[in-house]
Amino acid sequence: MNAPLLSVRDLKVHFPIRVGGVLQGRYKQLKAVDGVSFDLMPGETLGIVGESGCGKSTMGRAVLQLIKPTQGQVIWLGQDLAKLGAKQMRAKRQDMQIIFQDPLACLNPRITVGDIIAEPLRTFHPDMTSAEAKSRVQKLMQQVGLHPNMINRYPHEFSGGQCQRIGIARAMIVEPRLIVCDEPVSALDVSIQAQIINLLRDLQQRFQLSLIFISHDLSVVRHISHRIMVVYLGKVMEVADRDALYTHPRHPYTKALISAVPLPDPDQERAKQRIVLSGDLPSPLNPPPGCVFASRCPIRTELCATTPPVLEERSTDHHAACHHSE
Amino acid sequence: MTTVSQFEQTVPGGEIKGRSLWADAWARLRSNRAAVAGAIVLAIIGLASLFGPMLSPHDVGQVYRSYIKVPASTTAYPREAEIPDLLKTALRRSRADITSLDVDGDLVTLTLTAEREIDPRITRSVERNADFTNVQIIETSPDGLSLTMQMEVTRSYFLFGTDANGRDLLTRTLFGGRISLMIGLLATFVSLIIGVTYGATAGFIGGRVDSVMMRIVDVLYSIPFMFFVILLMVFFGRNIILMFVAVGAVEWLDMARIVRGQTLSIKRREFIEAAHACGVSTTAIIRRHIVPNTLGPVVVYMTLLVPKVILLESFLSFLGLGVQEPMTSWGVLISEGANNIVEAPWMLIFPATFLALTLFAFNFVGDGLRDALDPKDR
Amino acid sequence: MSLLAVENLEVRFDTADGEVCAVNDVSFSVEPGETLGIVGESGSGKSQVFFAVMGLLAANGRARGKVRFRDTDLLGMPVSQLNTIRGAHLSMIFQDPMTSLNPYLRVSKQMTEVLVQHQHKSEQDARRIAIELLERVQIPEAARRFDQYPHEFSGGMRQRVMIAMALLCQPDLLIADEPTTALDVTVQAQILDLLAQLRDTLNTAIILISHDFGVVAGLCERVAVMYAGRIVETAPVREIFYRPQHPYTRGLLQSLPRLDADDHQELPTIPGQPPNLQSLGEGCAFSERCPLVQPHCLTDRPLLRQIAEDHSKACHRDLAA
Repeated sequence: MNAPLLSVRDLKVHFPIRVGGVLQGRYKQLKAVDGVSFDLMPGETLGIVGESGCGKSTMGRAVLQLIKPTQGQVIWLGQDLAKLGAKQMRAKRQDMQIIFQDPLACLNPRITVGDIIAEPLRTFHPDMTSAEAKSRVQKLMQQVGLHPNMINRYPHEFSGGQCQRIGIARAMIVEPRLIVCDEPVSALDVSIQAQIINLLRDLQQRFQLSLIFISHDLSVVRHISHRIMVVYLGKVMEVADRDALYTHPRHPYTKALISAVPLPDPDQERAKQRIVLSGDLPSPLNPPPGCVFASRCPIRTELCATTPPVLEERSTDHHAACHHSE
Repeated sequence: MTTVSQFEQTVPGGEIKGRSLWADAWARLRSNRAAVAGAIVLAIIGLASLFGPMLSPHDVGQVYRSYIKVPASTTAYPREAEIPDLLKTALRRSRADITSLDVDGDLVTLTLTAEREIDPRITRSVERNADFTNVQIIETSPDGLSLTMQMEVTRSYFLFGTDANGRDLLTRTLFGGRISLMIGLLATFVSLIIGVTYGATAGFIGGRVDSVMMRIVDVLYSIPFMFFVILLMVFFGRNIILMFVAVGAVEWLDMARIVRGQTLSIKRREFIEAAHACGVSTTAIIRRHIVPNTLGPVVVYMTLLVPKVILLESFLSFLGLGVQEPMTSWGVLISEGANNIVEAPWMLIFPATFLALTLFAFNFVGDGLRDALDPKDR
Repeated sequence: MSLLAVENLEVRFDTADGEVCAVNDVSFSVEPGETLGIVGESGSGKSQVFFAVMGLLAANGRARGKVRFRDTDLLGMPVSQLNTIRGAHLSMIFQDPMTSLNPYLRVSKQMTEVLVQHQHKSEQDARRIAIELLERVQIPEAARRFDQYPHEFSGGMRQRVMIAMALLCQPDLLIADEPTTALDVTVQAQILDLLAQLRDTLNTAIILISHDFGVVAGLCERVAVMYAGRIVETAPVREIFYRPQHPYTRGLLQSLPRLDADDHQELPTIPGQPPNLQSLGEGCAFSERCPLVQPHCLTDRPLLRQIAEDHSKACHRDLAA
């Protein structure tokens, strides 16, 4: 197999959070991402699934250095991004782009769609003539399913799905090799979701893009990803091929997640045995000392409360972090 | 059959012009009657203040000694009944008595008699009074004891009356408006430039820089304003530039706080993150993405700041710390009016009305702008 | 007799850009103990129907038609009279529990107030009933947490508190407007289980408004699908999912990525965008996205018609099953 496009090693993002009163306040570390490692091949889609507050969005931003990682390496084609200066990093951004969850909020409401899409061009190709930039913008608008004569309109004149297409066009215009998709369809209507998912797949195949697809929706992630990483409280619980993860989940959290997804099929939905987890996500400021999932785990033992499990390969390309998984 | 592209192609061929948020806000503002009325009033007062003093027949500093504190009137001065008195005053020293007086329109024919021969130079003492021109002796009695003069009366209109020095109040009110509005607009502009730059920088950089910059603002805030102004006056003497400095130095603080707050909230919006991800430089992010999005509240605050500054100027002038004679402003005029409120109420009423109208108009426009720029809040 | 019967409901809003008809000619009924699912995308008017039922429309909205709860007409009822019904017999829970909980009042205060005012219970009785209910909605250590403020509860717990509050006066009908949309899947599963359990033990009728077919599939007995302010199809839940008869319903179901599907082919999609409610034409609102559109669909609006027992749709075409 060829070399990975991106290698993330032991990535940690900790935020200092002030706790306590005005006088006795002190800082505690909020471990949003705590020791995550993965490789991403060219043309591959890695799905990152987890519930809100598990650090999956922070992880995506740390990979792009939009949030400075506290520790760890983000190796892009053999070069550690975390060590680059601001200027060098800015030049690298041509290769890696991001798509956001809220399609309208990620577009500056005061400038036209044409200017929004052309913005990366202006920064990376300042010598490009405006006519050339315009023709490239219009060509791309066509490719993402927007009518090119909308180029002078403003974001608020578009629907959510169209805004997401604009966001995708902005990310695509500099022909990046990696796009981090942060919940790109969760704010969209059902009938629009499928359109955007198809568009992303289509663009990926056409341009050999690598995608990091962050979502809380397991169905969407399964549909679009090649490999899926399940994250809980800043740590990786399980990584596996999409089908293996669904058919043979090894981690109790993955099992619970899969069983909790409501299926649009009344008979199956009513027949299935749901693993209902008790309680809520523990506060990331006070994570459990052992396995972070221990407080809600149906198969926990005393070992889990004291010793954090290690992410280990259980079968070919199937890793899980659990003391008790087969 | 029917696919999405077919439907989207039904959109007419040419590029569609979008409606920007500003255009939307403009349309909403235009449909707001109070705001439009306010804008019209402002335009009228502004134009009148700008051109009024030039068109007025009276100079700002021109003193009509015969018309001290005359009430506002639409008829011209001097009135027919007052002409004898005026002439009497003018001829007081000449020891001549008026025997006949005939007023015909602007033409006055006057016959004088005296015990001694009347010096023909008497015309000059009449002319010295600015109300009479073209004084000619048309007939002199052979003994020289009687003399008939003809002269033209200059009629002047004092629509707003005159002040304690006999100056036309209309001209002065308009001229005062010029100064007041100028101070209002200039000081606001100064505070806008300083405040937006300072606030956007502090808010965008954030962290320790933000803390230091905002503490400086807090320190400046804590300086008592009057004390500050009086100190400036003592050190540099009174002049109008100092007014700008004093007012601008205080008012940009609010602006900086508003812009900083806006910047902080906009900084967290996703499109700023998107710009970072696109490799846009920091200055370009501030210029292209942050400042245009803070302008809404800034514009609203500006329309409310202008009247505030005008009021501040009036307050300083009222206390005698502001604009000095022969310059004037609404504050100065109101101050004088207040001193003469019993015998010459018009001296207070007219400038105060102008000031109040302007303040109202600015506030209506400001409210309209706020509604127009932020329709969600309604 | 039906518990709630809505007939020819119409909701209009006056906006700066003219009148918008958010809900058009909507009729349905709910029997005691029944669970009805209302599915639709944003802007389909699914929430506005129930805002109108509850008398909670925004100030610029007007409702016309008939909304009978048992034998009283709720539309046009004075607020004071409406207040004796809503809360007591008819409750609603919302997507974001924080919007309906007062952040400055303790949960205990907010809960007992309802009982003291509506049912004239004593303070102690009210406390006891409220704590019992919190236990019933599975809030751990309910008695201890009773006096906390809403922000001290997590999202899932807040939604439980909301449900407990809605159940305080033992309503006959609970309207749940996207009750799990803001929650994580594992917490959503807990809340859905809870709702099913409450329906079975208390015999409360539930109307579940959702955009998520999965949520509806698990909980509801009957489903109505809304599009552009109208009900386009209504049928028992298995009919809707296994034999959808309206092209919109069918398209939506096909376009869902399925967790249990292992093909990763391109998803079938419904092209285009949901229509702008302000510029709806004469014909079927779905016509411009419909794969089966025919010329008369553009001019002639289809009305809801019965096509099988207990199965109605608003479409001119007949689909092969």
